[in-house]
Amino acid sequence: MNSALIDGLFVFMLAGFIGFEVIKRVSPLLHTPLMSLTNALDAIAVVGAIVLVGEHKSNLSFILGILAVIAATSNVVGGFLITDRMLRMFKSSRPTKP
Amino acid sequence: MTDLAGNQQIIEIIYLVASVLFILSLKWLSAPSTARHGVLAGEIGMVLAIGGTLLHHGIVDYKWIVIALVIGSGIGVPLGLVQMTAVPQRTALSHAFGAFCVTLVGTAEFYLRTPNVPRFMMAVLSMEVILASLTFTGSLMAAGKLQEVLPQRPITYKGQNVVNLFFLAIAIAVAVYLVVHPGAKQLFPVMIVIPLIFGVLMIVPIGGADMPTVISLLNSYAGLSAAAMGFVLDSKLLIIAGALDGSSGFILSVIMSKAMNRSFTNVLFGAFGQVQPAAVAGKEEKTVRSATAEEAAGILAAANKVVIVPGYGMAVAQAQHKVRELYDALTKRGVDVRFAIHPVAGRMPGHMNVLLAEADIPYDRLMEMDDINGDFPQTDVALVIGANDVTNPAARTDQSSPIFGMPILDVDKARTVMVIKRSMNPGFAGIDNPLYYLDRTLMLFGDAKSFVNSIVHELAGNTH
Repeated sequence: MNSALIDGLFVFMLAGFIGFEVIKRVSPLLHTPLMSLTNALDAIAVVGAIVLVGEHKSNLSFILGILAVIAATSNVVGGFLITDRMLRMFKSSRPTKP
Repeated sequence: MTDLAGNQQIIEIIYLVASVLFILSLKWLSAPSTARHGVLAGEIGMVLAIGGTLLHHGIVDYKWIVIALVIGSGIGVPLGLVQMTAVPQRTALSHAFGAFCVTLVGTAEFYLRTPNVPRFMMAVLSMEVILASLTFTGSLMAAGKLQEVLPQRPITYKGQNVVNLFFLAIAIAVAVYLVVHPGAKQLFPVMIVIPLIFGVLMIVPIGGADMPTVISLLNSYAGLSAAAMGFVLDSKLLIIAGALDGSSGFILSVIMSKAMNRSFTNVLFGAFGQVQPAAVAGKEEKTVRSATAEEAAGILAAANKVVIVPGYGMAVAQAQHKVRELYDALTKRGVDVRFAIHPVAGRMPGHMNVLLAEADIPYDRLMEMDDINGDFPQTDVALVIGANDVTNPAARTDQSSPIFGMPILDVDKARTVMVIKRSMNPGFAGIDNPLYYLDRTLMLFGDAKSFVNSIVHELAGNTH
């Protein structure tokens, strides 16, 4: 138990640093897509909710789990969809074919 | 037993791959040329993670998982297809959904585990639930204000901060009690309801112009609550995704607060002091010069370098496509046209760039504040469309101005300044803008969309 906590804190610390370094480099041009993308990635919380539904340990956890899966999935689908729509609009004036 | 352990190992490896893909996803987002690979990486990571989770040995009921996934997708698709002007409220709404999910999972986990919850676990669980529930209502409020369902005007009253802190203190006190007595089931709902109220109160005093900071802050809270949920579920993937989201929101909050010249503690505690209305503006009658569309078109056509400064007013007037026509007309005449984007232009970080990109304006023409400010003295015409405070020279010079110290676009250094504005009414914050009274400034009175349209017509007329 205690070692899982320490592991978790290490992971959190390292991921925080990586996030800081990576996101610092994102151009302000793309800050809106950045926010919608991190929002979609954050919806990975859906995995916790899926387990709640699938295990069906109590009626409360089952029902809360279903609502949570719905909320998170809408973020996954909506988040990726709108991020991609936005990024498709960014075009350069230089004629470079991707 | 070995079989199950083997399954669990496969799941962990899948999560590891998903984590790598999530980090790559953000890394590729750093440049427009690779950004769409980033989305793809994120999507693959997400599909892998969800697929891997379905292998979980404890799962006995797949039917409802599938039903929930389908309903969620059904809600997600329209949310992914909203208009670009509505992206800020969509983003706020999705913060609310994310926080809703985290709150529900935290609640379910508590009732499954009580009363055998180790202290540290209970502390993290409390943090998760408090952060997530205040983010839930806070984001709903922000979305409501952005959608103009709720009044955008900040609502303030005496002792507001004291009341807010009081609510937060109760929530923390309940959390501490639960850490010591994790069997106190009846207290758990209090720990949800109080932050829900706090979330509403937190956003009540916030006006439209502060939204970019607020959305970033809520973004950060949503990420941190998801990371806390990762600790509760012992899921490293969730800790990583939450940490990435949290640091992203954190960085954006810092950038936004700097661009608004607000202190960092101010942002951390969500205490967005309201901008006090400027002291009585100068009584002496100041004169402004105005010009017609025809004159404006003439000056623009004769210019070599033009910088357009768009603000939220341009988006409100839906003028971005007309601005694009103006850009085309001027570029065809050999005029160098660029756009100066203030970090807080629009209603969320980067919003203005998205609106201009939607109007097909090439992104390499969109300049950040620090990159373009040095060029204004060599600029023939600075055309301000729907921006006000971010061009106010008083921020540089007038210590008594409420926005003193805020970094601005130095449009007043351009040879000619043209400002499209409905009237001389001071903006929302009630701050007078000395830019309008400069000798080099021409006021173009009218609706942004129709005025730009008239300029485009004049420019087209001149070629015939």
